[in-house]
Amino acid sequence: MTGSARLPILIAVIVLALLPLGATSNTLLNFMTFALIVALAAQGWNLLGGYGGQFSFGHAAFFGTGAYAMGLLQVRFGLNPWAAMPVAMLLGAAVGWAIGFLAFRARLRGAYFALVTLAFAEVFRILANAWAFTGAAAGLLVPLKLQAANMQFEDKRLFYWLVLAFVAGALVLTAELARSRFGARLVALRENEDAARALGVDTLRVKLAAITLSAGVTAAAGGLYAQKSLYLDAAIAYGPWISVDALLAPIVGGLGTVFGPLIGALALLGLGELSKMALGNLFGGAVPGIDLIVFGILLILAVAFAPRGLLGLFDRLIRRPRPAEGGEATP
Amino acid sequence: MTAPLLVVEDLTKRFGGLTAVDRAALTVRAGTIAGLIGPNGAGKTTLFAMISGFETPTSGAVRFEGRDVTALPAHQRTAAGIARTFQIVQPFAGLSVRENIAVGAYLRRAGRTEALAHADAVGRAVGLGPQLDRPAGEMTVAGRKRLELARALATDPKLLLLDEVLAGLNPSEIRDMIPVIRRIREGGVTILIVEHVMQAVMSLCDEVHVLAQGRMIASGPPLAVARDPAVMEAYLGHGAAARIAASARNPGAPDHA
Amino acid sequence: MPFQPGCRRLMLQIDILLSALANGLMTGAVYALIALGLTLVYGVLHVINFAHGATLTAAMFAVWAAHDGLGIDPYVAILILTPLFFALGYALQRFVIGPASHGSDSNILLVTLGLSIVIENALLAAFRSDTRSIDVPYGFSVIELGNLFLPLPKVIAFFASFLVAALLWGLMAHTDIGKAIRAVSREKTGAALSGIPVEHVYAVTFGLGAACLAVAACLLMPTFLVNPRVGNAFVLVAFTIVVLGGMGSVPGALIGGLIIGVVESLSGLYFGESLGQIGIFLIFILVLLVRPAGLFGARA
Repeated sequence: MTGSARLPILIAVIVLALLPLGATSNTLLNFMTFALIVALAAQGWNLLGGYGGQFSFGHAAFFGTGAYAMGLLQVRFGLNPWAAMPVAMLLGAAVGWAIGFLAFRARLRGAYFALVTLAFAEVFRILANAWAFTGAAAGLLVPLKLQAANMQFEDKRLFYWLVLAFVAGALVLTAELARSRFGARLVALRENEDAARALGVDTLRVKLAAITLSAGVTAAAGGLYAQKSLYLDAAIAYGPWISVDALLAPIVGGLGTVFGPLIGALALLGLGELSKMALGNLFGGAVPGIDLIVFGILLILAVAFAPRGLLGLFDRLIRRPRPAEGGEATP
Repeated sequence: MTAPLLVVEDLTKRFGGLTAVDRAALTVRAGTIAGLIGPNGAGKTTLFAMISGFETPTSGAVRFEGRDVTALPAHQRTAAGIARTFQIVQPFAGLSVRENIAVGAYLRRAGRTEALAHADAVGRAVGLGPQLDRPAGEMTVAGRKRLELARALATDPKLLLLDEVLAGLNPSEIRDMIPVIRRIREGGVTILIVEHVMQAVMSLCDEVHVLAQGRMIASGPPLAVARDPAVMEAYLGHGAAARIAASARNPGAPDHA
Repeated sequence: MPFQPGCRRLMLQIDILLSALANGLMTGAVYALIALGLTLVYGVLHVINFAHGATLTAAMFAVWAAHDGLGIDPYVAILILTPLFFALGYALQRFVIGPASHGSDSNILLVTLGLSIVIENALLAAFRSDTRSIDVPYGFSVIELGNLFLPLPKVIAFFASFLVAALLWGLMAHTDIGKAIRAVSREKTGAALSGIPVEHVYAVTFGLGAACLAVAACLLMPTFLVNPRVGNAFVLVAFTIVVLGGMGSVPGALIGGLIIGVVESLSGLYFGESLGQIGIFLIFILVLLVRPAGLFGARA
């Protein structure tokens, strides 16, 4: 586990904050904003999946809830987005708690937990696609009103910095959590649930707290996404793409580490964009799904060759090689 | 005579048609080391699991400090003061030795500094001092056994249940471990051990309970229990006690069967 | 006669209900076939093959391509695609999933998820997101059964699915490889010690799972559409069936398939197309939440 990560976090956030001052390309800024939103969703996933070892395949349920809450609270209830944001996070956290309550009380783990979260996300997607309140298949438009008071900025860099602030918050939260009693208990139950119980850990409670926190963070990403694009439909908000991205980024970057999701998201989405460009040039036009093919291959490669992600690879390159721990051996 | 710390009353566990433990009863007095022995498949592990809250008994009761804890889940029994180790030791691989022990220490300490300090102290007490900073996944079997002990001990238990803590160790490692267990008792922790290594049971325990085919067949001081005909029968097969008694009367026959 | 129209409406409703029921049973049989492949892999490897749905999509595209490009009838394609997909499934497990997973269950889950993403999006890149179907002369033929009109391809699919299940059962019960598979599923270490090549058996099991999908694809295509995402719908249906019927149980998969087929057909009838799917997910969630212990056996 990482020791004090305060200095690296500070450096990373400063570097990321300075980026739009140097590079003024709108495409780059858009990409970075999107990548940070995905990183935030992935940071949420990492709390539950990376530290707690509970792999969710359905974090779209929380992302989408955050996104729709943000949109609907503004459109249907006239709430200010700055006020809507915490409500969206709370609603996402509540959905996380509810799914966790049902799934963990039924003692679902491993593949079953993954599948049940996936099924919940799909149920939400179908409902949002059918319900008039959420805009049904036509989707939901948030009216354009470029005012800082409305969390819509003339200068797109401001929104980028806002997203970055959330990412920074999630980094600090993760680092603090990793060093806390809660973090130690979470890792303990990931490694061996019975041993954790024998040491007095109420595993159900710890898992519930983890999924609630995890969902809240991912819902914040959803809320930011809604505010960035000002348009939502069920396939975007509750679509499998975000479940996959949120899971992939920590695995590629480094599961159960503070920086894994951020590094993973930047690497993953960067590579996705590059492959889209490269192959688009090759075939003289956009090839749909090409970035996802790359993601899928990366996932397999990461599991096969880099069980500790990019951070682990980096560790191995610059430091004394440590004896291999192997994957997570199942008894 | 000190007060009973743990009282097991008529515990029964049935799995389908199989009765793994059949109205087993035992009492462990505070400040003692008690042993639970028996042939393979006697139900020791199941009885242990019921005392620690990992299995729910079909009937019967577990009392700890006079309080009925039968309905408490495992983590609450640990909070009440009953800690256990596992026969198959599995350290939390992602954590260092110190952090492993700290998971136990956190039970009664919320702060990281205090928990780590307590983990340090417990780790040194069981002889893990030099290894505290190492990743737990890299330890030897003997080291893992000590870590298992340290983690449980860090929860500040009143009663420590040790499940074959000597199994898999070589004779010299066993010799090193026995004083560690004695010191834990001297520190005021009552101990109940399930053990296959007879020599260790004989030298450590104040009282021994023998389980065979799910039933408690003998209880008492180690030497008395070892001479009990019912115990010999259980271990060596039907008629063994008579044969041994006969050979003892018969001059020239070996003393030990 | 005030009762006459009401009575006729009731008759009509019963007819609609019966035809929905029959349709559900027929689709359910193909679902059962899809679930059979999944439950087989689960029964032996004790893991969930997440790429099952994407493999089915690939098989459906293969049927479409065989028909559209080479003019091969889907029922004839069974003879070509079944061995082909057996080989594909074998190779995937032997050379990708097995080596990449280092023997960890959660790794298998992630690797097969990765495979499903690759397959689905490779199909998307190759065929775009258009929905395709094939035209066969018997596509709209029906068999009359009283007031019911049963589409011929669905009737064929119904019986063919049970035939395949019977063949698979025979293979498991009476052949050497079937015995080896059962031995590995029961006691992997023991089987390995007695000289059974476990990796080979795993790969054969994956191959059989993929072969089931090839047959299912050939049976589906005369009446179904295919697009790169169609497997997603099927895979959750298959998971539901497998969980409902009991993980690793062949008769469970058959009965579960029929139940789910009927439920889907009826909920489509009462809730409409867009919400119809939801019934399956809700059953899936409910089954997982309410009876997990009984369904998973010892390896929860």
